[in-house]
Amino acid sequence: MRLAIETVRLVDPAADMDRVGGLYLADGRIVGVGAMPAGFVADRRIDGRGLIAAPGLIDLCARMREPGTDGALRVEMRAALAGGVTGVVCPPDTDPPLDEPGLVRMLRQRSREAAGARLYPLGALTAGLKGEALAQMCTLAEVGCVAFAQTGALPDQRGALLNALRYARTFDLPVWLRPVDATLASEGVAGEGAVAGRLGLPAVPTVAETVALHTIFELQRATGRAPVRIHLCRLSTAAGIELLRAARNEGLPVTADVSILHVHGVDADIGHFDSNWRLDPPLRTARDRAAIRAALADGTIDAICSDHAPVALEDKLLPFGEAGVGASGLETLLSLVLDWAQSENIPLLRALDRVTRAPARVLGEDTGTLLVGRKADVVLFDSAERWKVDDGALLSFGKNTPYLGSELAGRVRVTIVGGEIRFERAAAEASA
Amino acid sequence: MTGQFIELDAESIYALFAQRVRELVAGRTMGLVGVHTGGVWLAERLRKDLNIAAEVGVLDVSFYRDDFAQGGLNPGVRPSRIPFEMAGCHVVLVDDVLYTGRTVRAAMNELFDYGRPARIDLAVLIDRGGRELPIAPSVVGRTIEVPDEVSVVLRRESAGRLQLTLEQKARA
Amino acid sequence: MVNPQLNADGELHHLLSLDGLPRSIIERILSTADSFISVGSREVKSVPLLRGRSVFNLFFENSTRTRTTFEIAAKRLSADVFNLNIAASSAAKGESLLDTINNLTAMQADLFVVRHSQGGAPHLIAGHVAPHVHVINAGDGRHSHPTQGLLDLYTIRHYKRDFSALSVAIVGDILHSRVARSDLHALLAVGVPDVRAVGPLTLLPDGLEALGVRLFTSLEQGLRGADVVIMLRLQNERMGGALLPSASEYFRKYGLTPEALRTAKPDCIVMHPGPMNRGVEIDSRVADGSHSVILPQVTFGIAVRMAVMSIAASSTRFR
Repeated sequence: MRLAIETVRLVDPAADMDRVGGLYLADGRIVGVGAMPAGFVADRRIDGRGLIAAPGLIDLCARMREPGTDGALRVEMRAALAGGVTGVVCPPDTDPPLDEPGLVRMLRQRSREAAGARLYPLGALTAGLKGEALAQMCTLAEVGCVAFAQTGALPDQRGALLNALRYARTFDLPVWLRPVDATLASEGVAGEGAVAGRLGLPAVPTVAETVALHTIFELQRATGRAPVRIHLCRLSTAAGIELLRAARNEGLPVTADVSILHVHGVDADIGHFDSNWRLDPPLRTARDRAAIRAALADGTIDAICSDHAPVALEDKLLPFGEAGVGASGLETLLSLVLDWAQSENIPLLRALDRVTRAPARVLGEDTGTLLVGRKADVVLFDSAERWKVDDGALLSFGKNTPYLGSELAGRVRVTIVGGEIRFERAAAEASA
Repeated sequence: MTGQFIELDAESIYALFAQRVRELVAGRTMGLVGVHTGGVWLAERLRKDLNIAAEVGVLDVSFYRDDFAQGGLNPGVRPSRIPFEMAGCHVVLVDDVLYTGRTVRAAMNELFDYGRPARIDLAVLIDRGGRELPIAPSVVGRTIEVPDEVSVVLRRESAGRLQLTLEQKARA
Repeated sequence: MVNPQLNADGELHHLLSLDGLPRSIIERILSTADSFISVGSREVKSVPLLRGRSVFNLFFENSTRTRTTFEIAAKRLSADVFNLNIAASSAAKGESLLDTINNLTAMQADLFVVRHSQGGAPHLIAGHVAPHVHVINAGDGRHSHPTQGLLDLYTIRHYKRDFSALSVAIVGDILHSRVARSDLHALLAVGVPDVRAVGPLTLLPDGLEALGVRLFTSLEQGLRGADVVIMLRLQNERMGGALLPSASEYFRKYGLTPEALRTAKPDCIVMHPGPMNRGVEIDSRVADGSHSVILPQVTFGIAVRMAVMSIAASSTRFR
């Protein structure tokens, strides 16, 4: 379908572009930005006045819960589209874990059928994610895994981890790791600090992250002169960010992301044990949040992800330490990015970069931009429209967001994947 | 504070009241128990004026009131104390104003939780009528008729002098 | 943040934690407890205040002591008391915490006394009960044991009268202790100027200094000039593990012996929430000695719990 979005504010961080013009899509690709290409005849025209057209968001971590719960992928893909997300990286901690090529093929097939966002599956780094034997990374890569990951803490068997990194390096496969030392994190459920001390919640000390980072960088160096490429998932501490900065300065091939909830939340937000803030890594202090924001501003941290984790209501209606971990985030990601931009006075271009160009670069994909010739993955949204985050508004199975009941600004109108409109939402009725 | 108030001659009403209590006691051994706060002042005065040796008992009826569900617990509840043996005792229960009778009902229930008295006589400074329960005083200082919207308030000045006023209740 | 313990009129509706509880409410509880002490010394030790009300003791974590004192307190208020010992495993069998609560409310429960191994459990319950139901926290994880904090405060007030000039030392495993946290909040709320936490670094949590508490790793220095010493129970699970090497080493460094007590004030009082591990955190000579007010604490505990229940229950106004 030939689509013309007219008189829209075009925001493309990859092209450093923020101006009003038209966007023209045909055959699944972007064929015109700004002015209409000669001879273009639109099958459908969308009036973009008052709206913003940006590359579709790329979310470096969203759990689709399949394999695991049949039918979940379809639902979570709808949620992704509703959130303006056109590319989703799903971690391998599914049930069963993604260490079998057959599972990956099935997942990609279901994703195609769901016609939602593009799916970028991460394969397991080790068999069963147990942190011991290697997974069949080459085969998994052939069926579509973009990188290989351990999703919990670092494997206790550091020798096994080193071998896995060496193996991945052999075939130039990237490895994604969560910088968490399990023995230091232990039974912690809240970030180390005065809040955890006051609430009597077992704490996850900062050293759980820094020791893990030291380990990761040392092992990375040990993979040779052109070391394995590593992506760090969910940094959370100021001290950790310092280590990351030093590693990048040293020239180590490392990228990093942070969860949008850590851009906004601090440990005090737990309040009276609000289990919607039970996260992993846990919320940390205001000082850590400030370091995260500074690192996003200077590029030390590349990308922001939603860390989407749908959890059933009954698993959140439990005492804090027993509650299910994680928050539902696909549908609030854009609004929260816009909120961060506004409250920190960051130009929209820079803020959106962290969820478009930067994650695309981490993935080595050519999406995340509105350049002519690229795949037409586009989101059209109203940055001013406010919406209430409630059960009815959320499409995901997971209503577990700390923003439940709040009002956010930024509403997706149209989400386009490969030139196809896969999600559309009418404007909110004007209030009486 | 409310608006206008009328002052009664507390001391002369008390004098009559004390005389009647003296006649009631007639030299026998009795336990004086005052109901917080006005009843306690009167009981202490009576003890002095009637030369009663035994210490005065003090009752805070907050835990026995019948209006807990409506009004909640009195934030200023104070400990009750009966410094003599209740079982077999002839009690003179003293209060300042007798109105609906509910306070006296609560006081009697509380007294019984200390033991079984042989007899309870009720002595009140002012009986303002308006009884809602079958409660009858043995001694009354003065009976007065007062409309519902007026309160009868006993105060004790620093020197111990009693003051009795009729006051308009504060508008809700 | 709205205090979930208070109703719209600022009255105590639930008692979940002493953290952030207005001083006026704490003082009202203490002075109301005075009246209940005198009830305990009469022949009929009960008052009809909560007659007809149903108090459910919901103990998800076992404790005969605490449950018994709450039961005594509720019965002395003439309430009907029902004890439910819900072992962790039976809850895991299927019925969720909130389902249990809903079922009990359907049985006309007025007041829940809750003890749970997870911090925040009473808050979760309080957030989901019917408006007329009150929740009293009898201990949640490491977080709070507010009635213990209050009875400790009452005990100190009984023996020392004036809070404004005291030095109070809390000794032991503060990291894992809900009693310690409640005591700290209580003491700070009523303006005790010198509050001290004494223990090895492995047992001291973060954030104490920010609250205004002085930290000591030496028992001798921590007790110097103290008016009140509160000894915490050391749980056996901590011993011989990553946090403490052995009971005997702990006793050597942090056990309250008559010798250790010498640096405290001559008229200092020694308190302990119980049950005591004699020879681990406290020497028998001190536990049974003239400084010890450990037994009176128990009596005060009943009166304080009566005060808490009657004040919370009285916040419901039926028009």
